Amino acid sequence: MTATTETLEREAKLQGMGVSRLRKEDARFIRGKGTYVDDIKLPGMLFGAIVRSPYAHARIKSIDKSKALAVPGVVAVLVADDLKPVKLDWMPTLGGDVQAVLADKKVCFQLQEVAMVIARDRYCAADGADAVEVEYEELPAIVDPHKAMAPDAPIIREDIADKSEVGHGKRNHPNHIFTWEAGDKAGTDAAFANAAVTVREEILNPRVHPCPLETCGCVASFDKVAGQLTVYITSQAPHLVRTVVAMLSGIPESKIRIVSGDIGGGFGNKVPVYPGYVIAIVASIVTGVPIKWIESRIDNISTTGFARDYHGVGELAADKDGRIRALRFSALADHGAFNSHVSATKLPAGLFSICTGSYDIPKAYCRVDAVYTNKAPGGVAYRCSLRVTEAVYLIERMIDVLAQKLGIDKAEIRARNFIKADKFPYTTSLGWTIDSGNYHGALDKVLKAVDYAGLRKEQAEKRAKGELMGIGISTFTEIVGAGPTKVCDILGIGLFDSCEIRVNPTGSAIARLGTMSQGQGHATTYAQIIATELGLPSEEIQIEEGDTDKAPYGAGTWGSRSTPVGGAAAALAARKIRTKAQKIAAHLLEVGEGDLEWEVDRFKVKGNPSRVKTMKEIAMAAHTSNVPPGMEQGLDASEYYDPPNLTYPFGAYVCVVDIDRLTGETKVRRFYALDDCGTRINPMIIEGQIHGGLTEAFAVAFGQAIPFDENGNHLGNSFMDYFMPTAVETPHWETDHTVTPSPHHPIGAKGVAESPHVGGIPCFSNAVVDAFAHLGVTHMDMPHTAYRVWQQCKALKIDAR
Amino acid sequence: MIKKQTVSFKLNGTEVDVVVEPRELLIHTLRERLQHTGPHIGCETSHCGACTVDLDGMSVKSCTVLTVQCQDAAILTVEGLEQGGTLHAVQEGFTREHGLQCGFCTPGMITRAYRLLKENPSPSEEEIRYWMAGNLCRCTGYQNIVKAVQYAANKLSMARTGT
Repeated sequence: MTATTETLEREAKLQGMGVSRLRKEDARFIRGKGTYVDDIKLPGMLFGAIVRSPYAHARIKSIDKSKALAVPGVVAVLVADDLKPVKLDWMPTLGGDVQAVLADKKVCFQLQEVAMVIARDRYCAADGADAVEVEYEELPAIVDPHKAMAPDAPIIREDIADKSEVGHGKRNHPNHIFTWEAGDKAGTDAAFANAAVTVREEILNPRVHPCPLETCGCVASFDKVAGQLTVYITSQAPHLVRTVVAMLSGIPESKIRIVSGDIGGGFGNKVPVYPGYVIAIVASIVTGVPIKWIESRIDNISTTGFARDYHGVGELAADKDGRIRALRFSALADHGAFNSHVSATKLPAGLFSICTGSYDIPKAYCRVDAVYTNKAPGGVAYRCSLRVTEAVYLIERMIDVLAQKLGIDKAEIRARNFIKADKFPYTTSLGWTIDSGNYHGALDKVLKAVDYAGLRKEQAEKRAKGELMGIGISTFTEIVGAGPTKVCDILGIGLFDSCEIRVNPTGSAIARLGTMSQGQGHATTYAQIIATELGLPSEEIQIEEGDTDKAPYGAGTWGSRSTPVGGAAAALAARKIRTKAQKIAAHLLEVGEGDLEWEVDRFKVKGNPSRVKTMKEIAMAAHTSNVPPGMEQGLDASEYYDPPNLTYPFGAYVCVVDIDRLTGETKVRRFYALDDCGTRINPMIIEGQIHGGLTEAFAVAFGQAIPFDENGNHLGNSFMDYFMPTAVETPHWETDHTVTPSPHHPIGAKGVAESPHVGGIPCFSNAVVDAFAHLGVTHMDMPHTAYRVWQQCKALKIDAR
Repeated sequence: MIKKQTVSFKLNGTEVDVVVEPRELLIHTLRERLQHTGPHIGCETSHCGACTVDLDGMSVKSCTVLTVQCQDAAILTVEGLEQGGTLHAVQEGFTREHGLQCGFCTPGMITRAYRLLKENPSPSEEEIRYWMAGNLCRCTGYQNIVKAVQYAANKLSMARTGT
């Protein structure tokens, strides 16, 4: 027994996997000592302010810089023509299209970048931007994506009007971007034709914005003598940015250093390369001094990285007992004026085909048509992997619609259709192989925890009294960790990730990774993985990311890919080190490698437990002459990890709402979230991620949307209008978990941060709609603001006393 | 050119003088002239609270205060909370209770919570949520921020009563 206690004590000292270790990052943040991009100050640095278009669609007749150049402190004004000599007036997008860095002859969305004023400080730059005179000729704008492909629709992109494709197959209209489809259309159509029951619903995921608290920005610094470009930037994917900048500028990639310091939240907003970054780089090359560009909040919501804008149609075909026989989903995707949709090259609609969800559906077909409109470009994932929220929202809403049609309980219909636990790995009818799951187990646990039967009884009593109470369920499956390089690449670069570990002679270590934390706590959790794998205390393991001169190449942090891909790389790099350490231990102990066994932090001779070499001892030995003959000194390793599959976290959520039928106000009474993210590295951080994801789901479901008028003018792009939940309206979250490890991941982890967002949104909507289900309502589009819910009450004539 | 003015105030207990245009905002003076980059800019419209500082015993959003309004004022920022190498209870609470993730809202949150506990040493959860509603956080969902403030309230209360 003493040995066990002693082993456990040693294990506890490592603060490795499974421990709620306090975060290493916090020390600087709680003291105000973080280094975010706007904290960077370089000698001689100038400030850039962007002049933006007031129109959504207009020709630029002329630009007069003279008054701006006369403003005190203004150094230069850059317009598209100034970028042409360096060929940086247009740039490739992550969606296979091109985007104007500064508007060239015409503007295609409101607040599009037209010029940049470079000045001594941000006040002079703003004065200068006000003084730039641009003459426009307004053109009719397309705001409704349903009208984009009308025969007489104005052509938004004259630059590519005659191109038959823009990266993703044939186009059939100048405003058409691509049509993508997956699944067995004929088989699905036949299943629908023969089905006992079918349901259909039009379901919108409105245009929203991830809105991290820090906006986007950069400081570009070009050293003319060395020909070296350094860019401090708010990027979730600094290595990809380096490659894009090299492709754009012609500067050798080895002379470009991208540094992502502390990032004030990303949530997808900080994946793409934006015009502001490129103009700042050009301005630095032109002026020879560092240039800072920091986005304002209005510019952030209006121009960089919107999400969703998927106008969906969901259809299910089923037996009389609610067994789903076929699924047919489609979406009209509004990608704005340039296709800067972030996705893997081969997946123009992202991972939308995960839309069969947690259910065993024999036939499925889905299709996405993407069009240009006079709105800001983007289509980033907002705390989800590439169109997964849209997919999960459709299936989780549609299964409720089906349940209502058949009069089957909404929990029961899910249980009838779940993929059974013994069927994993399970390949869906749309081709994804879900690695593992236990959906019945998760749902049962949650239903018991919330006393589901009791809630339904209470609901029946309330309905009898004319009160509105809704119970929402969501039993979602996520797809994260992009991804296998055979399936996933961006600009031709596979979405592997990497880790390099060096162990020092005294047994501390440094690890560098290709991912990039934006609040996820990587410096804490990666060290825990390595601590457990290497038997060295996590306190002595330093983690670095974000500086491309230091870290190995990787695709960054988005799509919950850090743990599935970066975390796997960290574990495997550590295992390479342990393999070398075992050889050294065998040499030191004069036994065969096979005579040794690993125990927490040391190798022991089997059958002779007093003969041991700890990892710390081995680390020192690795730096001496006393290594096995022929072995190099040092104890380091690197791993480039190409995952064999994506990972599939899942969860079961229940939400209870009470709605005031007189005002439409919705109160979230209870939200119970069970998540299964496989092996849990740091429960405290997981729980924090779930709280945050649920709150962002709450924001989307109950308030966020970016509306436009018919001329393409923004109607809500500041924090005055765009819903940001405060501590007052944010509900209390109850969390729970099961653990179903991923069989193909080195430590069985699946990724977690996006699940609560993806699974939370349909849960809220399902709860709101459920409150009206007995009155025949089958769907209500988000956001469920009091006004919109009240309109529903009014339509049902239940809004009066 | 607009005539610049000299403004003198106390920043975290130290006298400072700055020469600014009348239009200069306090957040820019703090961050760009005085190297106090703890307070952040998240919205420029007083909604997010990332720029919250304590001005003469009141929480203010320094993105909508003119520096020239601060003559003779006493300003406290997050940088001034740690005393003699000891963290303030609020700072400790935020790290103990995992009340931060990306850290961008944290200096404003901490400064606001500091003021809350000065005014109301033992707030209820509802009072904490109400008091903190001028400070937005996109990462935590506020639940652990509430716990962080409760942690600090308990710690400060124990220090007062000597228990």
